[in-house]
Amino acid sequence: MSTRRIFAQPARYAAIAPYVWMVLFFLVPFGFVLKISLSQTAIAQPPYVPVFDFTEGWAAIKAAFAELSLDNFRLLVSDNLYISSYLRSLVVAVTSTLILLLIGYPIAYGMARLPQRWQAIAMMLVIVPFWTSFLIRIYAWINILQHDGLLNKILLALHLVSTPVVWLSTDTAMYIGIVYSYLPFMILPLYATLAKMDPSLLEAASDLGASPGRAFWLVTFPLSLPGVGAGALLCFIPIVGEFVIPDLLAGSGSMMIGQTLWLEFFTNKDWPVAAAAAVALLVLLVPPLLLYDRLQRRQLGGAN
Amino acid sequence: MARKVGKISPFNITALALGMAFLYLPIVILVIYSFNASRLVTVWGGWSLRWYYEFFNDRAMLDAAWMSLRVATVSATSATLLGTLAAVGLVRGERFRGRSLFSGMLYAPLVMPEVISGLSLLLLFVALNAERGFWTVTIAHTTLTMCFVTVVVQSRLASLDRSLEEAAMDLGCDPVQAFLSVTLPLIIPAIAAGWMLAFTLSLDDVVIASFTTGPGSATLPIRIYSEVRLGVKPEINAICTMVIALIAVVIVIASLASKLSSSQGESAAPL
Repeated sequence: MSTRRIFAQPARYAAIAPYVWMVLFFLVPFGFVLKISLSQTAIAQPPYVPVFDFTEGWAAIKAAFAELSLDNFRLLVSDNLYISSYLRSLVVAVTSTLILLLIGYPIAYGMARLPQRWQAIAMMLVIVPFWTSFLIRIYAWINILQHDGLLNKILLALHLVSTPVVWLSTDTAMYIGIVYSYLPFMILPLYATLAKMDPSLLEAASDLGASPGRAFWLVTFPLSLPGVGAGALLCFIPIVGEFVIPDLLAGSGSMMIGQTLWLEFFTNKDWPVAAAAAVALLVLLVPPLLLYDRLQRRQLGGAN
Repeated sequence: MARKVGKISPFNITALALGMAFLYLPIVILVIYSFNASRLVTVWGGWSLRWYYEFFNDRAMLDAAWMSLRVATVSATSATLLGTLAAVGLVRGERFRGRSLFSGMLYAPLVMPEVISGLSLLLLFVALNAERGFWTVTIAHTTLTMCFVTVVVQSRLASLDRSLEEAAMDLGCDPVQAFLSVTLPLIIPAIAAGWMLAFTLSLDDVVIASFTTGPGSATLPIRIYSEVRLGVKPEINAICTMVIALIAVVIVIASLASKLSSSQGESAAPL
């Protein structure tokens, strides 16, 4: 045991450099987001009035505190654009997560039932697309979904439709893109819990007279809930803030919060409002993040 | 616990086959169309390498590709260094003050929307009056990808038998020597996998790079993204195919490396 303690000391020193790095480039920047979300918009470079100016001493800091304003947040809750993009982000994330569950579960279930040797290959096959570029995968779908793209050609050839269907710039296209990009994130945690499950439980259920369907709902599904939770959160959280997929695939009608933030920042050059949108998005994500953290801890605790 | 083989139902097989087709067909189609001779992306005009020539004559695209490769190499290397140190601290450091803040900071970026990370880093760089370009993008990518490296190395480190290190120390090694001569060789496959993951993530990022780069130093994904917004171009298909080929080579090297160095047959999965 004492060797462990001897080892722990230098190991802690190893953590110093990454610790400092993360404080500097992860934690401190959030402070700046918060600060700028509370300052006034200005036509200047950079386009905001600095709230704190430490060079002018204590009186200036006190004056600055008096000038902190919640105007940007008031704008967020009073302007329909922001409320609707906030809501749309939630709706899109919930809907996509449900679709991902519906598609991912049967695949993960099939994987868990493969012979051992094939399971490793199937897992590899699910992970590899995660390595290929995300942007390229979205682009691949633009190829397929465009007006004279492959999907319309097939549908026309099969006489399922008589005129080409408009796919691009629709919510359908966006959902296809999201499901396609996040499917590995859903499958892997589901597979991890399903593969761990003891098959004798199902045999016991069938010995006791349960039909396969009943056994699934009474035994398999409840036992896989931790995987369902982990997969759902792993998809839900990043989808809420998604920017590239809705921007490239969805129509320009209504925007998600990530798109609103981008628009305020790059097009309108309204940094304070963009920062306020980021804070609002972060607040929205705190509950699922905490939930995910708890799930992870419980699973790690169970494994040790 | 003998698993009965043959318990797979046709339903299971269908789900798997459809799932894999869904994951792979779009990429296959993209690759095939990059060899299309026709200017019209949707009309097949025979096989040709025309769009590859086009890319190698496109100065702006080449510059962006070069910028991306440099950013990915430098940021992946520093991320691997920092991420490995972080994993060692988390797994072997036992309990220390600020540990939960540390692990929280390392896990949050894994799921944090990129628009937030990008915006917050940009505001930092502006406040520091840093000139935006190669270094700011590299720092941003290092911050994001070191978290992925940490996760990969951490899981490998946690599964290692600690008695090996203890044995080395009983034989007279100090902790640092024990780590360098016993632990490090055992986690090298995970470190390599972490580097490759960091490299591909950096090569892929649009959002954070858009926030943190300056005028005149666009990365390849930023260029691709602005072209894609205007519609499908055959040249983009060719570029995408080359990126996919590069990543495929990286994956093959990664899996070969992990096979060679883990003699116990316990291969480190890429994630």
